[in-house]
Amino acid sequence: MVNFFEAHNIYKSFAAHKALQDVSISVPEQSVYGLLGPNGAGKTTLIRIINQITAPDSGQVFFNGKPLQKEHIHQIGYLPEERGLYKKMAVGEQALYLTRLKGLSRSEAEKRLKAWFLKFDILSWWNKKVEELSKGMQQKVQFIVTIMHDPKLLIFDEPFSGFDPINTQLLKDEILNLRAKGATIIFSTHNMASVEEICDDIALINRSKKILEGKVDEIRKKFSDNIFEIDLTPERPDATIESRAFTILETERVNGDVKLKVQMNANDHTNHLLQELMPYGQVKGFREMIPGMNDIFIKLVQENNPANLQ
Amino acid sequence: MNKVWLIIQREYLTRVKKKSFIIMTILGPLLMAAVMILPVYLAQQSDKVYTLTVVDETGLFLNKIRETSSLRFRYADQPVAVARDSARNGASDGVLYIMREGVSKVNAPIFFESQIGISNIEYVRSELQNILDEIQLKAEFGITKQELETRKIRVDVGLIDNQTDSEGNPLELSILSMVAGMIIYFFIFMFGAQVMRGVIEEKTSRIVEVIVSSVRPFQLMMGKIVGVAMVGLTQFMLWIVFTVMIVGFVTVAFPDSFSPDNTIQQQFSPPGAGLTPGQNMAVNQDTNAMMEAVYGVMDRIPVVTILLSFLFYFLFGYLMYSALFAAIGSAVDNEADTQQFMLPVTIPMILSIVMSSFIMNNPQGPVAFWLSMIPLTSPVTMMMRIPFGVPAWELALSMVILILSFFGAIWLAAKIYRTGILMYGKKPTYKELWKWVRYRG
Repeated sequence: MVNFFEAHNIYKSFAAHKALQDVSISVPEQSVYGLLGPNGAGKTTLIRIINQITAPDSGQVFFNGKPLQKEHIHQIGYLPEERGLYKKMAVGEQALYLTRLKGLSRSEAEKRLKAWFLKFDILSWWNKKVEELSKGMQQKVQFIVTIMHDPKLLIFDEPFSGFDPINTQLLKDEILNLRAKGATIIFSTHNMASVEEICDDIALINRSKKILEGKVDEIRKKFSDNIFEIDLTPERPDATIESRAFTILETERVNGDVKLKVQMNANDHTNHLLQELMPYGQVKGFREMIPGMNDIFIKLVQENNPANLQ
Repeated sequence: MNKVWLIIQREYLTRVKKKSFIIMTILGPLLMAAVMILPVYLAQQSDKVYTLTVVDETGLFLNKIRETSSLRFRYADQPVAVARDSARNGASDGVLYIMREGVSKVNAPIFFESQIGISNIEYVRSELQNILDEIQLKAEFGITKQELETRKIRVDVGLIDNQTDSEGNPLELSILSMVAGMIIYFFIFMFGAQVMRGVIEEKTSRIVEVIVSSVRPFQLMMGKIVGVAMVGLTQFMLWIVFTVMIVGFVTVAFPDSFSPDNTIQQQFSPPGAGLTPGQNMAVNQDTNAMMEAVYGVMDRIPVVTILLSFLFYFLFGYLMYSALFAAIGSAVDNEADTQQFMLPVTIPMILSIVMSSFIMNNPQGPVAFWLSMIPLTSPVTMMMRIPFGVPAWELALSMVILILSFFGAIWLAAKIYRTGILMYGKKPTYKELWKWVRYRG
């Protein structure tokens, strides 16, 4: 797949503080790319470099195959984590202003905005002042403004904060919709459940360095520890299950059935595991325990924390 | 450029549409007009007539004290105690009791029922003095006061420019330049603070990162500075137009009350100037002489120079200061935190106002020179010096320095602004600001 956006060997420091060190990312076209990392890792700095709010000290940035240039800001939509609106300004007027700043003509901006306001069922807010809106309502307006100029690259920093579950779902659907229409999306969040749900690829940044990048599925497989969950109806209820092919981590007996959590030996094969189990009874359930992004995140960040490297 | 224009539009329109702007625009001229009209109005209203009973023990003043529009005298040939009693019963507003005290003094207390006002008291004192002078002149030298006046040899000290031979006493215009300096001072503070508040608003409402992903921070800053400047100019123009309209309307509607003679007479006549026909004529002549003097000054003083310099210092002073205000606004999270950075910016401004009388007394001195070169003080100081004549090279140098400082301030402010608007939480120190200046784009 073609990469829509690439950053090569980005360095950026603020005086003594190194915000990014040798960070490279490749964002495939028409995908949702998760940018993960603990607070202060350098995500926002990287995002600001993509938006040309700051420039890197060294390294190259490519947008759609070309070095990133000023004109590209019209093709980028950015929803920052720290976001807001002019409180005293009317919603519609403000949305028009922000959309026109992205290069749309007044009439075109108004036409598109009205259509989206209608779609989100907020057209009645048009003449209200922003300060009369709740936080969630303001976020909706901000989201619309971000995507109004049909950007090819969208950057969402914690887009779901402040939304109720219904609106979160609405937003998720809309993000996937935008991807389906051809947009490439960079998505920064601490919410790992939503990463598993909508991200195709991720990069994990910790302490100003990238420590992981790849497809979400592959990463999760790679980090699996060969742990399996097995439901078994034993032939003899009191039989002790043991094998050299695996180690039992947990045993739970429910109504005569046994629920096992086992770790298979490295380089072994699941069929061998099953063969070892079959003599004990009837295998009713068998599934691999793939680690969640949450576990991987915590594991990697802690491993990379110098305080833990004794 | 198109985007800067959009920003200017927004900054301008949101402010002009605000209620506070509309109220200020209407209230300002009303206040100014009130300041001009009220004294005249009040002077006319204060025509309450006081009647004083005169008990003259000396017998020198009988029927000699001239009455005014607000003072009447009734001469009573009765003991002071009786006069005071009848005043107490409402016969008059007080008793003027004139008595001799030794050889060289006349004592004349007023036993008052109602306060008769400082100017009336002063009038009584000067009238008594005049009458005594007259009597004394006649008795000792055998001449009347009028005769003395006609024989008096007058002294006139004039000022003539040794190079151009033009007459000039620019002190008259120093009032004008003081006003011009004050206007610059207020404009810079009022609208510079608006720029600062606008920047803080964008920061605290967290909209700034959305905007700088569309435009460069420099464009946002310049758009705001120019937009607010246009708001200021709009307000300034409207004030002038409205003030002229209000004053014009009142003058036309009440032509008698506000004829120039009447106005100037009421406002500038010495305390208690009597309104006997003869005096009235004298005042009229004074008025004409004054108008001539004003026109004479207009001829002598480079009015065009003053006007153009006013526009120049008004504009560039504001631009330079508002850039600094924008930088301050970007560095803090709320208005309360601005204090420490405001101080070094406001002190030069206040200094130039505080030093104003010193500068006008010594317009060519080293203090005046340096204050009109230092860009932070030059807008106000130079305006005060110009009526006294400033060498062309000094004016040019001061302007060049101000223009260069404006670019310097914009450059510096842009650097601080760019970093500051995206920094939240901690209040920066001067050291940190300096670090921001040195960051790469």
